[in-house]
Amino acid sequence: MADKVLMKGNEAIAEAAIIAGCRHYFGYPITPQTEVAAYMAKRMPKIGGTFLQAESEIAAINMVYGVASTGKRVMTSSSSPGISLKGEGISYLAGADLPALIVNVQRGGPGLGGIQPSQSDYFQATKGAAHGDFHMIVLAPNSVQEMAELTVKGFDLADKYRMTSMILADGTMGQMMEPVSLDFAVSEPIEKPWAVTGTKCERQHNIINSLFLKPEELEKTNFERYERYKVIEENEVMFEEYMMDDAEICIAAFGIAARVSKNAIDEARKQGIKVGLIRPITLWPFPNKVFAKAAEHVKQFISVELSMGQMIEDVRLATGCKVPVTLCNRTGGMIPSPEQVLEAIVKANNGGEK
Amino acid sequence: MKFKRITIISGHYGSGKTNIAVNLALDLKSRAENVALADIDIVNPYFRSKDSEEMLKKAGIRLICSEYANSNVDIPALPQDMYSVTDDKSLFSILDVGGDERGALALGRIAPKIREENDFDMLYVVNKFRPLTKDANSAIEIMCEIEAACGLKFTGIINNSNLGPETKMEDVLNSLEYANEISRLTNLPIVRTTVEEKLFEPLKGKIENLYPLSMQKKI
Repeated sequence: MADKVLMKGNEAIAEAAIIAGCRHYFGYPITPQTEVAAYMAKRMPKIGGTFLQAESEIAAINMVYGVASTGKRVMTSSSSPGISLKGEGISYLAGADLPALIVNVQRGGPGLGGIQPSQSDYFQATKGAAHGDFHMIVLAPNSVQEMAELTVKGFDLADKYRMTSMILADGTMGQMMEPVSLDFAVSEPIEKPWAVTGTKCERQHNIINSLFLKPEELEKTNFERYERYKVIEENEVMFEEYMMDDAEICIAAFGIAARVSKNAIDEARKQGIKVGLIRPITLWPFPNKVFAKAAEHVKQFISVELSMGQMIEDVRLATGCKVPVTLCNRTGGMIPSPEQVLEAIVKANNGGEK
Repeated sequence: MKFKRITIISGHYGSGKTNIAVNLALDLKSRAENVALADIDIVNPYFRSKDSEEMLKKAGIRLICSEYANSNVDIPALPQDMYSVTDDKSLFSILDVGGDERGALALGRIAPKIREENDFDMLYVVNKFRPLTKDANSAIEIMCEIEAACGLKFTGIINNSNLGPETKMEDVLNSLEYANEISRLTNLPIVRTTVEEKLFEPLKGKIENLYPLSMQKKI
């Protein structure tokens, strides 16, 4: 294609956000996502947008809350420790039903950890970003192209369901450079009658708030929110299947782990081993049905992760523990090699874990 | 192209500076005895010349690089022996500068001595396929920011327009007009058009100052 450009994953996120109509970015630098902010700093002033380097991650997420209240598309980005800092604000966004995009380009943890890639914020992103009952839509790209496309998708879903979307990438995805086409369709922005934009004395004023004075009302709001989550779980699941038709062994992996796994699968197939991949693209909602279906004909699952094993719990839940689910992992900033994954596949093929 | 005592490689981040610097260092080694590659990147903790440390060592090229490069120590550290670039007059060096004006700030530290000696080239690496340098004007904007930050003026342009492994012959040929436009507006010569080795043969004779690059990879 003639219109491709060469971009880092972090830059692709930033440019795609601009294409999606985002004109407000608030952030604080942290490796390995700093290029998102650096790119926004260069681009936003030229297109009448706002780039602001906040005094902290906490300030940035609360600025996101402010702009989201007005119905404008807004985003922030950070890496693992910075996302933890944003936690309180993320919960407030959920409590006030505000749409926003949050990007986490993960690094090794816990603590300050290191600057090399990781997937060990899976639990945080899908189950416990902060206090209270809530979910985020969590999107896991595995190429620079998907970094761009899922950013646009993230904004659309956030607006549609009035909630935060998170891009859960890792340091590799953020730093790697690949040719990317930015020539994708952008949907029309939807009406946001709930936004605080000034009443001009023509309507009742809107209130954006996450404080409830009566527990009955808070409970009712939570129940209603979870009804909305059910719709999302029904309609918005995304995944990719690779060589699953005749697979006897199924690898579960997302992001960079899925790319490594594909190499291992190609090699295993050459050796005659029937192995395939299910790559969740939405980590929440998790593709439960496709895993449940696979559990009917697969003899073992292998969860390949850059963590001590987090998604593996969802794979076990989705498959009802019908067949063994084993872990093939590296952590602390290390990436599993195709050879390591191949070894796990061969072991599974030879009988695996009983 | 004849090498001056100091060759500075600078440009937008992700333009291919480090790979070019490593290739030039190997080239320079075939023409001079005492050669160093000095990495004074304070911006990017990844994709550093340290990735090529073993290979450079084997080639007899001295690597001047912060001991924290490619480590988890994510701080803008300069190598302690960077001053040998200016102070050791028997040393020929390639200077790999960090991206954009932020990276060029570090160069400012030794710029007065480089200016005084006046035996240097400073080459601006451009890639048409990078969105922030996609046209001549945006490339020149970043170029001027770098010059203002380091206090040195560029002396030439390296056209490294590529789409990574997807680069085709036509992409390189189509980038010539872009590079010429930058050259015309800045009055700087295009000293090299760099291409991956596999594109060198097919493009040979079609482009002036064509230069093959072998890709440096982290081992």
